[in-house]
Amino acid sequence: MSPAQIEMWGRMEEWLRFPLRERAAACSFFPGLPGHFHVRGSGKEGLIFLLKKKKKYDGSSVNSMLIRRPIQRWFPLFILPTFLCFAIGFIWPFLQGIYLSFCNFNTPRDATWVGFSNYVKAFGDAGFQHAFWNTAAFAVVSIVLINVLAFAIAYFLTQGLRGSNVFRTVFFMPNLIGGVVLGYIWSMIFDAVLKGYSTYLTANATYGFWGLVILVAWQQIGYMMIIYIAGLQAVPEDMMEAAKIDGADKWQTLWKVTIPNVMPSITICTFLTLTNSFKLFDQNLALTGGAPSVMMDGAKVNMTELLALNIYSTYNISKNWHGAAQAKAVVFFILVAVLAIAQQTATRSREVQQ
Amino acid sequence: MKKQAKTGATVFTIVFILLCLVWIMPIFEVLINSFKSNNAINLDAFALPDSESFVGFDNYAKGMTFGNYPFLKSVGFSVFITVVSVILILLFTSMSAWYISRVNSRFARFFYYLCLFSMIVPFQMVMFTLSSTADALKLNTPWTIPIIYLGFGAGLAIFMFSGFVKSLPLEIEEAAAIDGCGPVRTFFLIVLPMLKPSLISVGILETMWVWNDYLLPYLVLDRTKYMTIPIHVQYLKGSYGSVDLGATMAVIMLSIIPIIVVYLLCQKHIIKGVAAGAVKG
Repeated sequence: MSPAQIEMWGRMEEWLRFPLRERAAACSFFPGLPGHFHVRGSGKEGLIFLLKKKKKYDGSSVNSMLIRRPIQRWFPLFILPTFLCFAIGFIWPFLQGIYLSFCNFNTPRDATWVGFSNYVKAFGDAGFQHAFWNTAAFAVVSIVLINVLAFAIAYFLTQGLRGSNVFRTVFFMPNLIGGVVLGYIWSMIFDAVLKGYSTYLTANATYGFWGLVILVAWQQIGYMMIIYIAGLQAVPEDMMEAAKIDGADKWQTLWKVTIPNVMPSITICTFLTLTNSFKLFDQNLALTGGAPSVMMDGAKVNMTELLALNIYSTYNISKNWHGAAQAKAVVFFILVAVLAIAQQTATRSREVQQ
Repeated sequence: MKKQAKTGATVFTIVFILLCLVWIMPIFEVLINSFKSNNAINLDAFALPDSESFVGFDNYAKGMTFGNYPFLKSVGFSVFITVVSVILILLFTSMSAWYISRVNSRFARFFYYLCLFSMIVPFQMVMFTLSSTADALKLNTPWTIPIIYLGFGAGLAIFMFSGFVKSLPLEIEEAAAIDGCGPVRTFFLIVLPMLKPSLISVGILETMWVWNDYLLPYLVLDRTKYMTIPIHVQYLKGSYGSVDLGATMAVIMLSIIPIIVVYLLCQKHIIKGVAAGAVKG
């Protein structure tokens, strides 16, 4: 390689270090002269490919001159309406919610500050503790069940089965029906089945728990299946071929090649099912509504209640419980936020891949 | 060897057909029960309607006014709230997302991070204060509830739109600006058409959310006057479900049919849109 060539390659690398958008902008700024670039800040004021023309160019300043300023003048139209609604629909209720969790109140107007006593009351509530362990157990069971079945279905559907589009359509359908309607449909079915054993759905907390698991599995397997199908289709074909040539059987290929390659999808689906089961409300309300309930430590405990429904029903006990319910909601928010942040971190690795 | 593989495929196809039947069973169950008399359902919910238990469209006729509240009125409110909310959300959040990604001022970044934050807040956290705020501001009617939906749904929509706007080439907008096109015209004539695929994805996600949402309208709206379909169904279960199962099944069937029709018509977009939203959680 001649010294001139080495010099050119050096410039090129320097040029390639600029963000893609700036490079593209620089190219489009001189239409008809493809490949004429000025390297900003190199001190050499050189052009890279065909040394022909020098021109100072700064991507960001063009951006702000042509686009940024005029848009900013339209602030009231572009952002103010959304921001006002966002303030009404989210910011204010959220801040007020945190404040009220430290107060005794019936309506927000008559709130009186009581410090942490609501939190003490919330954590001491047998119903809340029960709902927490119920939710945790429910999350574990539904994560395992949904992910194993969804992966299995997705695996077989990507093996070139005839009619796999029809199957996919059918499996996905329950996602579109609302939780309340689903809960009602399944409570009718469970009651009809249990009638054969002369009992009913809300007679026993075990029925309610497993009923909810079946309902949620039926609803969410199709959803997770879609994500797994996308992951499975992205497994490189040559890896499968290499495994075949090396004499791996189907089982070995599945465990040693396919599953490590769809690991990102597995992470996403696991966290999605985790947050979904923690936030579950409509299905829980419509299927059993928390019934049956028993007395425990002098307090009524709804046996099939998950956290979200427990918070909701705490509001409805009496006005003395409003503060405690709001405190439970704050605890619930922190719990879900921690899970969601873990999900976002896990998801980011996948976004890079795409 | 080849023959063996073929029989294996046939076995799998049969297994999957059976599995699909299991998947459709609950909805099929609702369908057959909506044509049976109440006594027949109580006797055996799984039996197919025969000449004795078949009541034709009686249940549907009854379901229209069942529970002292006309079902079509709930449908009307549901349709109105969903359509207006989704249009508001799509229009205003795409505008805001464009502003946020192109201006990148301190306020824009602040708003963007607030939106991200709002996505992880569960509704139970704000439900009580949101409904009292809505009451205080007189936003508790179907005509004004879209404002609340815009506010509470803005986070996810702005997050998704920002991602799409960032992938749009800046040069097109620069060219428009050089040609003397102002921001409003640039947005509506150039940016919005380019955002069409993401408008469909976000629109589907928001439609599914608003249409199926139960708790927000239940807490915000005056329930004696205004009901949406999920509220109506829950109300029937609570007070009338055991009285007349047949009519309730007819109501449920009526609330599912439009969803299934829309799904079958544009399932490609729906599956794609939902998968796009899934990654964002």
